[in-house]
Amino acid sequence: MTAVTAGTTGTTGTPGVSDAAVAATQAAYEAVFDAAVAADERIEPRDWMPEAYRASLVRQIAQHAHSEIIGMQPEANWITRAPSLRRKAILIAKVQDEAGHGLYLYSAAETLGTSRDELLDKLHAGRQKYSSIFNYPTLTWADVGAIGWLVDGAAITNQVPLCRCSYGPYARAMVRVCKEESFHQRQGYEALLALSNGTEAQHAMAQDAVDRWWWPSLMMFGPPDDESTHTAQAMAWKIKRHTNDELRQRFVDIAVPQAEALGLTLPDPDLRWNEERGHYDFGPIDWTEFWDVLKGNGPCNDQRLSTRRQAHEDGAWVREAAAAYAEKHTGKHGEAQA
Amino acid sequence: MPTAAALALGDDALVLSHRLGEWAGSAPVLEEEVALANIALDLLGQARVLLSLAGDEDELAYLREERSFRNTQLVEQPNGDFAHTIARQLYFSTYQRLLYGQLATGDGPFAGLAAKAVKEIAYHQDHAEHWTLRLGDGTPESHERMQRACDALWRYTGELFQPVEGLDLDHAAMESAWLDSVTAVLGKATLTVPTGPRTGAWAAGAGRQGLHTESFGRMLAEMQHLHRSHPGATW
Repeated sequence: MTAVTAGTTGTTGTPGVSDAAVAATQAAYEAVFDAAVAADERIEPRDWMPEAYRASLVRQIAQHAHSEIIGMQPEANWITRAPSLRRKAILIAKVQDEAGHGLYLYSAAETLGTSRDELLDKLHAGRQKYSSIFNYPTLTWADVGAIGWLVDGAAITNQVPLCRCSYGPYARAMVRVCKEESFHQRQGYEALLALSNGTEAQHAMAQDAVDRWWWPSLMMFGPPDDESTHTAQAMAWKIKRHTNDELRQRFVDIAVPQAEALGLTLPDPDLRWNEERGHYDFGPIDWTEFWDVLKGNGPCNDQRLSTRRQAHEDGAWVREAAAAYAEKHTGKHGEAQA
Repeated sequence: MPTAAALALGDDALVLSHRLGEWAGSAPVLEEEVALANIALDLLGQARVLLSLAGDEDELAYLREERSFRNTQLVEQPNGDFAHTIARQLYFSTYQRLLYGQLATGDGPFAGLAAKAVKEIAYHQDHAEHWTLRLGDGTPESHERMQRACDALWRYTGELFQPVEGLDLDHAAMESAWLDSVTAVLGKATLTVPTGPRTGAWAAGAGRQGLHTESFGRMLAEMQHLHRSHPGATW
């Protein structure tokens, strides 16, 4: 690692130093940072980094962490109704892993100088986003399988390249997350396969779930490249390695043969193999719906956020108790309050 | 195979696991999402082994009606607030650790399962004890809530020590060890050991005989609905 270590703040404005000197130092730092990124070196928490790089990472990692936490809700919705004990165990393990992924990601974000509490406050206030996909409801058991196959599949397609992201803590979190995520994706696929090969009613349930989750899954890759405000800069910084449309295409190419193996159809009349491109062509995405959901008008936006806020508010007295207990028993303040 | 005992212990684990699963997405801190799900999974794993000893795990879980379940009334109690959940877990894991501790030392049909389960339960009990201390000796509000929860669930703890057909255990010794352990933890947590009766005349050994509390039927309705809607399907 040759990037400049600049203490914990990494900002300009050191008192008593002339503006010109600051500017020269800044330029030198920037040159070292740019060279490190160009050489595919990892940027670490104590390295100097441009403020915009830091802010962009905080935004992306926080949104990623929030998605894990909000993403627990649509699946947890079926824990108490899972149709066999084996499926129930798999689902609980999955939701538990999502909480764990949230924890890794908040830790990664904290290395950038923010805190989990601060990020959660922003989530609760609606000032930071989470993945639009979790604003869709889980209406049947098959939705749990469809989420595993399609939603986790799309997430993995997005996240595998992030294992090579220029920011070290994020890249390392992604390695761990992707391992567990791939496992869940296979389990989701297997759950759908059992339904597809099951009774007529089960097969219909699986098809209906895929019909409802296919397009929202494609929307998980974000807006088309010509409308994506962050892509160019994120790629220059090697936070992102591929554009939204590239990843979306990759996902479609993987998913189509999987759907055939499942014996299920995808709800797109324009979907067909294009020999010339070596890719599947697919129909237009309803971007009006995408922006609408992103703005808060999806089927479950209010519900997801209010459930999360409620859990946080209901838990306040528990967190206060833990803090008060810790304070009493670490001797910081001797006097007992209870 | 002592089926009655396998059902009693399996139903305890199954029902408490279900209750803990209801917390998913609503825990007070993320670490507790992980911990409560973890405990739920351990218990579900125990339930699956035990129910499989008695028959088909899914038939037993999904196709029996309320009056055929053999779990204690303690484990079916609704989650309530976090203090209620912790008090229920403290009472139950202390009992379960003593139970499986005894079973693990014997050479009966449950020895293998018990040997594995005691390790899991040691963690459950540790988790419950630490939260009992934090809540009991935390803020005035948490103290009050924890005391209320301990008091409210006290009446369901006597049933844990009713003899179970097929389990050759020293129930009296278990009960006194349980009382000692719980008394010590509550004392350390600045809580008062509840003084009320530990069973009601109306409910002596009730859950083990298939007599449950009202919320249990609703819990089963939710748990079994999908499975029952598709008779004969595999999942």
